[in-house]
Amino acid sequence: MMDFLFNHPIGILILTVVKALALLVPLLVGVAYLTYAERKVMAAMQLRKGPNVVGPFGLLQPFADAIKMLMKETIVPTGANRVLFLLAPMLTFALAMIAWAVIPVNDGWAIADINVGILYLFAISSLGVYGVIIAGWASNSKYAFLGALRSAAQMVSYEVSMGFVIVTVLLCVGSLNLTEIVRAQQTVWFAIPLFPMFVIFFISTLAETNRAPFDLPEGESELVAGFFVEYSSMSFALFFLGEYANMILMSSLTTILFLGGWLPPIDIAPFNWIPGPIWFVLKICLCLFTFIWVRATFPRYRYDQLMRLGWKVFLPFSLVWLVLTAAVLKLTGWLPA
Amino acid sequence: MIAALSFYAFAAILIASAVMVVTSRNPVHSVLFLILAFFNAAGLFLIAGAEFLAMILVIVYVGAVAVLFLFVVMMLDIDFAQLREGFQRYAPIGAIIGAILLIELFMVLATWRFAPEAATLRLNPTPAGVTNAEALGRILYTDNIFLFQACGLVLLVAMIGAIVLTLRERPGTRRQSIAEQVARAGTVSVRSVPLGAGLKEIGIARPPAPEEEKPKQVEHHHGHGGHH
Repeated sequence: MMDFLFNHPIGILILTVVKALALLVPLLVGVAYLTYAERKVMAAMQLRKGPNVVGPFGLLQPFADAIKMLMKETIVPTGANRVLFLLAPMLTFALAMIAWAVIPVNDGWAIADINVGILYLFAISSLGVYGVIIAGWASNSKYAFLGALRSAAQMVSYEVSMGFVIVTVLLCVGSLNLTEIVRAQQTVWFAIPLFPMFVIFFISTLAETNRAPFDLPEGESELVAGFFVEYSSMSFALFFLGEYANMILMSSLTTILFLGGWLPPIDIAPFNWIPGPIWFVLKICLCLFTFIWVRATFPRYRYDQLMRLGWKVFLPFSLVWLVLTAAVLKLTGWLPA
Repeated sequence: MIAALSFYAFAAILIASAVMVVTSRNPVHSVLFLILAFFNAAGLFLIAGAEFLAMILVIVYVGAVAVLFLFVVMMLDIDFAQLREGFQRYAPIGAIIGAILLIELFMVLATWRFAPEAATLRLNPTPAGVTNAEALGRILYTDNIFLFQACGLVLLVAMIGAIVLTLRERPGTRRQSIAEQVARAGTVSVRSVPLGAGLKEIGIARPPAPEEEKPKQVEHHHGHGGHH
């Protein structure tokens, strides 16, 4: 049996499907409860109660929302490009899911522990903008199109400095493999020596996931709902799920790059009794809480200021920090072989 | 077997989407098919074992270049009827140019020989025990660092050229200077005020409020033969 699962092509296929389900089912439940957590946390911050009617403490609210979405009619506008209009939400959702293939939840617990894992994640996350652009164009609506254009401009201004942040981390690791990146943080999490990069990366992930204060593509006070203004029912729900799954993905990426992945804060008795995946989930929750906290706290950026922040502040800073890190590693001889 | 199957799948989709890039009538569809073609090329790189190149292809071409392509093409206002108008007239010229290129291609391929050294290298593209990224890094940053720097310099010059061409000062445009705004003092200021403190406690001098006009004193009559 074991031999069949690990060596026969069909066995490997079955094993991979089982692994993928074991990852995706908890992920989707997590996405559902992230929407609930966001509403509850923001309600607490704004001295409201939040959802509290469906089920005890409103715990069944996400399922009620999902059923409501499923029951509604999918409306395709007359002027829309039908195929692309329906493709865009699927693309957004699928991209948010496939990125999880390389995330190591514990030492060796990745579905595909590939050599260029970090590049794979960077590639997939840079594709997320296509869902937005295609949706904006295919809707054949002014507001949607403006949202899509903003999203493209925003993505280009952030991805460069994000790339430099990742390169800085990679300099300290000496590998592109995500498992290796976490293992390199045994002594100290990279959030401490590379603290400014950690801050830049976190802000960039806010922009990458179109979250407040960088939610310009969907700025409801200017663009109604931005790129998904024409979407309804399940096609809207897929955008929604994709956005929240992306938040979890970006939080896990922050965890892996800067917060030591599955490693406990200090490797002593009470901490290292707790298994790695629980640490990993806890750290993701911490990042997600900060996401929500930021949303409840800051007003939206104006889009020219957003681009100024990306090109004129983050890019020069991360470039200088990269050179500095390289110099320090070289001079102290800490450069990994 | 799986590798061969996926090779043929990727190659077939790659060629089909490349054909669609040229033949599809809507330029936005063309760009989207181009993206699909990039993806399948990345898949072919993966099968060949060049995982780094595959990822870079997706990041650079799909993630950045094609986004800008799409950005521009979407903004074009294209009249499809006008686009197809001259097709009949220009078809012979296009066919002749295509035929010449095809003949030239055959002539090149017929006399193509691999150098004997290259033939041996082809079997073992990266040194054993070294990952793709490391092998490429050694070549770019260790063996050929000066050429690499020269390439960077050429690109820098091109970038400066582009900036010089597009940067122009128009009279009458208003720009926000954040440094100036932050450095400004006097007219408007933001202060953090302790809870419950009045204006006096935090030292903000306000001109005294104008004297309120007092309501007219109503004469109080101790009338009706008051007694004291």
